[in-house]
Amino acid sequence: MGIYSCIGKNKQEVKESLYNGSSGIIYDEKRKDFGFRSCFTGHVEEPNLKKELTRRQRTSMGEEAMYSYVSTVEALDQAGVDQAYLEANEVGILFGNDSTAKSVIDSIDVIRDKKDTTLVGSGAIFKAMNSTVTMNLSTIFKLTGVNFTISAACASGSHAIGVGYQMIKSGMQEMIICGGAQEINMLAVASFDGLGVFATEKNNAAKASKPFDKDRNGLIPSGGAATLILESYESAIKRGATILGEIVGYGFSSNGDHISTPNVEGPSRAMRKALDQSGLNTSVVDYVNAHATSTPVGDANEAKAIFEVFGENGPYVSSTKSMTGHECWMAGASEVIYSMLMMEHGFIAPNINLEHPDEDSAKLNLVKKTLDKKIDVFLSNSFGFGGTNSALIIKKLP
Amino acid sequence: MNKEEIVEKVNFFLVDEFEVEEDDMSPDANLKETLELDSLDFVDLVVAVESNFGTKLIGEDFNGVETLQDFYDLIERKIS
Repeated sequence: MGIYSCIGKNKQEVKESLYNGSSGIIYDEKRKDFGFRSCFTGHVEEPNLKKELTRRQRTSMGEEAMYSYVSTVEALDQAGVDQAYLEANEVGILFGNDSTAKSVIDSIDVIRDKKDTTLVGSGAIFKAMNSTVTMNLSTIFKLTGVNFTISAACASGSHAIGVGYQMIKSGMQEMIICGGAQEINMLAVASFDGLGVFATEKNNAAKASKPFDKDRNGLIPSGGAATLILESYESAIKRGATILGEIVGYGFSSNGDHISTPNVEGPSRAMRKALDQSGLNTSVVDYVNAHATSTPVGDANEAKAIFEVFGENGPYVSSTKSMTGHECWMAGASEVIYSMLMMEHGFIAPNINLEHPDEDSAKLNLVKKTLDKKIDVFLSNSFGFGGTNSALIIKKLP
Repeated sequence: MNKEEIVEKVNFFLVDEFEVEEDDMSPDANLKETLELDSLDFVDLVVAVESNFGTKLIGEDFNGVETLQDFYDLIERKIS
């Protein structure tokens, strides 16, 4: 696994932040002048890859691809997969990504100014395409397996892992680099802010994202990249790799409903499908990493869905978005990694800023403070615009 | 702008922006084989020439341009 997020630039830093309940949210004054209603955002530094990559490689990479390169190097390193292995075996890549707004806007600004398309330079097209992450990483790492990008709004990263899981399960691939990426600049989320769904608790960045709390008033955009190496059990055993967990269920569904307002039925169905596929009883699920973004309707409907599926005395639930903000296209992959880190280190990260759960949330077993608790099975929810839903279930190997 | 200034500017952006090895920079260096510039790099050369010399090159301008000296000469012709 590899992670580059606003709560840490690697697994160790992220694990510490999760355990300590540390927020990665800042107040970005520039957004006010730009016309934003809310100035909160997750913050990550742009990595300097001058030593690692050639100019030709870097020229084609926007921020999503750069973040993904960093998280993928960390993931490959932990998996014990080197360049020689990648070149000798058919390894694939599936990433969730659903925008490259800054790259598109920057290049069009140049063309408008110069009135000449050539002067935008050679890298613009490769930065601007939605598949920028998979096209760049597949080239850099010389991958020869499956190679495409999954765009499914805020469930993109989760679906990428789900599709990767199915491909491996069906024997189509032995190993796939899966993940999610999200640009973290204001151009990418300006129109999202325009919907009035971002949190507005002025000047208190660390407290603004409060999933499930009755006083929540919106989400906070964030980003970075997350990478997982998915591999068949046989291949992992053959390589002598450390197996961190086993994906046992991928449930998906579409609401067939409103373009932005989530419902209860669609997410419930995705969770049930994942549970059915896993063959596990709801009682063995120790933890649910909720999608809950801190919006009034979204969190309430997810709380209803979780209660509907798991009933009274259900699993522990928290939304790590209380610390990270909403990592959108990346969230489905990063939140699997956050949950995997909890499983590895025996704790459940808190849903910070949760003081007064609302009526629906109060029915859940919400974790407000870090809980030292062994996790054997967890479920991670991801939902997106257009009513796309994904639920992944992962269990620890005995 | 005289020849020396053209050479100085070109050499600077090739090393600084294109990360060409300074030791490879001789007038008879082949752009593709020695300096390892590929077809996409030639698009970026057009951008670099426009921003450094204020002149726009087109694909045909590169016909017959093989060495660094040919490239210096091309720029000199275009801006004169």
